[in-house]
Amino acid sequence: MDLSKRVQLFLCISVLVLLIPLKADAMHIMEGFLPPMWCLVWGLLTLPFVVIGLKSIKRIIAENPRLKILLAMAGAFAFVLSALKLPSVTGSCSHPTGVGFGAILFGPTVMSVLGLIVLLFQSLLLAHGGLTTLGANTFSMAVVGPLVAYGVFVLVRKMRGSQSMAIFLGAALGDLLTYMTTSVQLALAFPAEIGGFAASMAKFMGIFAVTQIPLAVSEGILTVLIFNAIAAYGKDELKLLKFFPEGGMNHVK
Amino acid sequence: MSNKAVDAAEKNSKMINLLLILLVIALVVVPLFIAKDAEFGGADGEAEEAITEINPDYVPWFSSLYEPPSGEIESLLFSSQAALGAGIIGYGLGYFRGRKAKRDGEGK
Repeated sequence: MDLSKRVQLFLCISVLVLLIPLKADAMHIMEGFLPPMWCLVWGLLTLPFVVIGLKSIKRIIAENPRLKILLAMAGAFAFVLSALKLPSVTGSCSHPTGVGFGAILFGPTVMSVLGLIVLLFQSLLLAHGGLTTLGANTFSMAVVGPLVAYGVFVLVRKMRGSQSMAIFLGAALGDLLTYMTTSVQLALAFPAEIGGFAASMAKFMGIFAVTQIPLAVSEGILTVLIFNAIAAYGKDELKLLKFFPEGGMNHVK
Repeated sequence: MSNKAVDAAEKNSKMINLLLILLVIALVVVPLFIAKDAEFGGADGEAEEAITEINPDYVPWFSSLYEPPSGEIESLLFSSQAALGAGIIGYGLGYFRGRKAKRDGEGK
């Protein structure tokens, strides 16, 4: 089967990359660990996406009140996945983000809002991430992640890839790019004395991005699974979002 | 599509879903065997260490307002987060399924 062959190829490549041994923990940027200037920069960059997202959510609910339940499920999916700290081949743990699912359903900015809520919950109650780093973490997980997931999904569909493949690649790459963004953010704030930005970047990529690869694959698969489950019973809602018939993917504006 | 074809397609997609679930489980379990001696630390300590290595003078300028007093409390909060999310997803899927069952029943 076409789909599973491509999945297999993707997995093989991932596993090969993973065998490079590296010990690292990966997650959001810790409280107080980003200089104030950068906190401000990332916060300001994130703000417009959240504002557009809020408007977008309002419009979706006003136009189709019955989509509320699916919207709640998109947020819930991010809640579950970002609570699961999974072991990685690098010998440390990290968690997926779960934002790709909602981004593919509702468009990326909706997840900027829902992702922000998840991050706020974690920084207030779990000392995970932080309030000062909320802008930067929201930018990576709830702006870049959803944008990539949505963009990849649309691109793969345009290239006539199957819906499942588009969802898998979108969610997996959105997850991976989230943590790559975290690495860039840290490298910008902490350029190494020798080697500068590039050296720091390599270091943080080793910590954040490599650990994330198998988790990104997991996230891709889990997103396909929840989509399948909803497609089996909740076709009405997906039709409202113009997901069916196959091939005619076109989002609500 | 005849009923038989629908049944076959459904069976097929169930198999694929099962396979995908097994794949995710494998992705979680395999690392535990590959990196046998690793600590599987969950804290964000590594990045913290890397930052202090790059810039030894850096002092975090803000600390969390609230920190879970122990690993147990932290895991309580994390599992509550997951439970809340899973509950909503389960509710939604159950609602969809019930609605579909009702409609299919009416159609017959």
